[in-house]
Amino acid sequence: MESYKLFNKNTQAIIYGFQTRPVQRMLDFDFVCKRKKPSVAAIIRPTQTTAIDYHKVFWGNKEIVIPIYKTLALATKKHPIADVMINFSSFRSSYPTSKEALESDTIRTVVIIAEGIPERQSRDLIRIARERSKFIIGPATVGGIVAGNFKIGNTAGTLENIILSKLYRPGSIGFVSKSGGMSNEMNFMISQCTDGIYEGIAIGGDRYPGSRLIDHLLRYETNPKIKMLVALGEIGGTDEYAIVEALKNGSIKKPLVIWVTGTAAKILPQGLQFGHAGAMAGSEKETADAKNQALREAGAIVPDSYEDLDKKIKETFEKLKKEGKIVPFDEFEPPKVPMDFSEAQRLGLVRRPTNVIVTISDDRGDVPTFAGVGLDKIIRENKSIGYVIGLLWFKRELPEFAQQFIEIVIKLTADHGPAVSGAHNAIITARAGKDLMSSLASGILTIGPRFGGAISNAAKYFREALQKRMSPLEFINYMKNTAKINIPGIGHRIKSVQNPDVRVQLLKEFL
Amino acid sequence: MAQKNIYEYDAKKLIASQLPNYFPEFNYHEKLAVITPEKLANFDRFVAENPWLKTDKLVAKPDQLFGKRGKANLILLDANLEQLKKFAEEKLDQQIIIGNVKGVLNRLLIEPYIPHEAEYYISITSDRYNDIIHFSFEGGIFVEENWDKVIHISIPFEKNIESFDLETKLPNLGKFNDVLIPFIKGLFQVYCAQDFAFLEINPFAITEDKKIVPLDLKARLDDTAAFLHMDTWGNPNNPIEFPIGIGQKLAKEEALIKDLDEKTGASLKFQILNRDGQIWTMVAGGGASVVYTDTIVDLGYGDDLGNYGEYSGNPSREHTEIYAQNIIDLISTNPDPQGREKYLIIGGGIANFTDVKATFTGIVSAIRKSANKLKNAKVKIFVRRGGPNEKQGLELMKQVGKETGVPIEVYDRYTHMTRVVSIALNKNLKR
Repeated sequence: MESYKLFNKNTQAIIYGFQTRPVQRMLDFDFVCKRKKPSVAAIIRPTQTTAIDYHKVFWGNKEIVIPIYKTLALATKKHPIADVMINFSSFRSSYPTSKEALESDTIRTVVIIAEGIPERQSRDLIRIARERSKFIIGPATVGGIVAGNFKIGNTAGTLENIILSKLYRPGSIGFVSKSGGMSNEMNFMISQCTDGIYEGIAIGGDRYPGSRLIDHLLRYETNPKIKMLVALGEIGGTDEYAIVEALKNGSIKKPLVIWVTGTAAKILPQGLQFGHAGAMAGSEKETADAKNQALREAGAIVPDSYEDLDKKIKETFEKLKKEGKIVPFDEFEPPKVPMDFSEAQRLGLVRRPTNVIVTISDDRGDVPTFAGVGLDKIIRENKSIGYVIGLLWFKRELPEFAQQFIEIVIKLTADHGPAVSGAHNAIITARAGKDLMSSLASGILTIGPRFGGAISNAAKYFREALQKRMSPLEFINYMKNTAKINIPGIGHRIKSVQNPDVRVQLLKEFL
Repeated sequence: MAQKNIYEYDAKKLIASQLPNYFPEFNYHEKLAVITPEKLANFDRFVAENPWLKTDKLVAKPDQLFGKRGKANLILLDANLEQLKKFAEEKLDQQIIIGNVKGVLNRLLIEPYIPHEAEYYISITSDRYNDIIHFSFEGGIFVEENWDKVIHISIPFEKNIESFDLETKLPNLGKFNDVLIPFIKGLFQVYCAQDFAFLEINPFAITEDKKIVPLDLKARLDDTAAFLHMDTWGNPNNPIEFPIGIGQKLAKEEALIKDLDEKTGASLKFQILNRDGQIWTMVAGGGASVVYTDTIVDLGYGDDLGNYGEYSGNPSREHTEIYAQNIIDLISTNPDPQGREKYLIIGGGIANFTDVKATFTGIVSAIRKSANKLKNAKVKIFVRRGGPNEKQGLELMKQVGKETGVPIEVYDRYTHMTRVVSIALNKNLKR
């Protein structure tokens, strides 16, 4: 890739932070631009316990997986081609994570999204980037876009906006601004009065942005595909004077339409802090008026107000067109990305039959109901378990005696339940949609030494006795002397007529 | 989230606590007190807490972020306790005018009076690649007219000041050289280590026994670095105060939004410029809000502008509603005394990811609740916005206008962002 380019159609990025929406937005952009490979190579999630995990994303209407690594070191090792890191870390951890990326051998450009990074930390990152010939975009930015090639994170918002602003294919304009919000506005505005954006970068509103307006303008100047420059500066700082200098010494020759915002500061209370951290004039030189004036004198095309910016851009573009400097190109219809189901449902565009019909419980309203009876009533009126089971199994309020009977049974068998292997397997088989015979067979075939073993052994010994044609007495003696166990299947290990099961007695009493 | 001024008292305390780490010879007297109207009311206790007030000769001066205090006759020099009390009684709670701002004096910084001959100037500033030391023999009130005599020494960011050859770049101070160089190097290290953004000691004196005494001091900290300084000025239980300038009091409406802003990851900013203003703005985006304000001023309506503010970073529906309600209350509580119309511009560019429908749902809810108030105050609303779910968001605005009868004009992305300003004002407000 040429050194004046940061991103092209093959650029891949590593995303620091598990940010699913920007990742999907980047992939949707890739899809409409007809990129061959997704622009996201990997995600870093330092909080995960495993070294590698995976994240599912849509690629058009197909699903693909993107690896998630615990560390940047592993990600850069596995993806040496990815030379961009988009850092979504918080303001607290943006510094160490960006530093690690700048010091790696494979990452060339670091985009820092967080706002509120200490100025000294930003300045140290700038130092490292300078020493290692790396590039920083941000902090406090949404990022930027190379139309039809590569999009950073949330830049340019929705697909609808990308199509309306013609960002799925490159135009002839190189644009750079401080403000991320304004960059998206300008992307659209420029698409309306020219053949569209080639590249648009928002450097962020901090006092010490990792790269300045001039750094990008000089790249655009060198890029032969870019025919015209547009920039939006801001009150505060002196970075715009570097542009003045470049215009004067001839390092910017392409037409530059620029406007520095913050002209209102002169009538506002002194020291008013605009929305951006860097947006405060410390001296006359830092005011918007002074900068606009200096730029105008140096040969930039500066409107009288933001109101006229679109007209100036259009005029300048039309002039280039007349001079034959704009190469016409064929428009293409970008492929449609299917809408997400949840979005389509929200808009009322799709409907879908339900997979499950439940006629018993219903949790769609404020109060969940069992067979039409609200859970609030059940609790407040202190209804019994038997009552609830009546609702769930029989869909009605059972008479008092039946409720009591169910309660007694549940209490008596509370330690038994379906958590025995045979019953469990029968249930599972039934849930799999099999017939009664198969379900029962599945339960019966589970019988083994730890479940239903007595029956199994009974069958074994009675069969043996039958085959050997033993008499009952021979059989009893055989079991006593040779097998040395009680005859299985006869009697209960504990309960007997003399020692009756109290559970049975209690049930009998109730009846 | 930026560079913030701190009180001279706090700045001196911070430097006094940190400077000995790098310059152990800095033997500060630690005698520093602030008197406020409340403390003056309990003057005996104030003196008991600061016993040196009884024994030392004293200096007192306002500590409210403004300079030129001598010229305004607000400095007391070489005084005893009785004179101090009289001075405080005279000056505290008095209205003063600084430049074109009126304010009430409510903080006096008191220090021992230290007789000295020469006054020196030092300040430290920063740019992208350097921290810069500015030094002059001609300190005090003369430094501005003698700015050409100030020596500027840029220390590249990556350089270590301890091994930096400062000696050959500074003029010879004779017998004071051996304290001055380590003092400057120490001060520089405090500046860097504590994330100062600006520090000026003008003047400082050196006593005969080679003690360095900072006299007047101004400082700004980078408040985004607070989390790095939990052990000093960023202690969350006792954070350093970032005062606003004298005469600039946070109105309750501004305080409400500031409080909200601190609770969310989104950004909510609000400042009242003119309560009687006819034009109010509710603009999305740090950049766009500046552009709208510029345009109103450029078109000549600056004096009628009610506020500056912005909301961005996808604030929740609820927070946007509170924000909108706040503006609606301000604009509609007092109709214009001459019965003129008022204009609310709900503007913004094309958002990257702020959900237009969600935020507009909040605004619409506030409009609906206050429809009668808005109509009584003759408020006309002009909307321009784009971004995720823009169609539904703009539709909500049109609907609420129809439903409530509040006049609302709605424009989408195809209308130039700020044109809504000229549409709103040029048609209605004749100059």
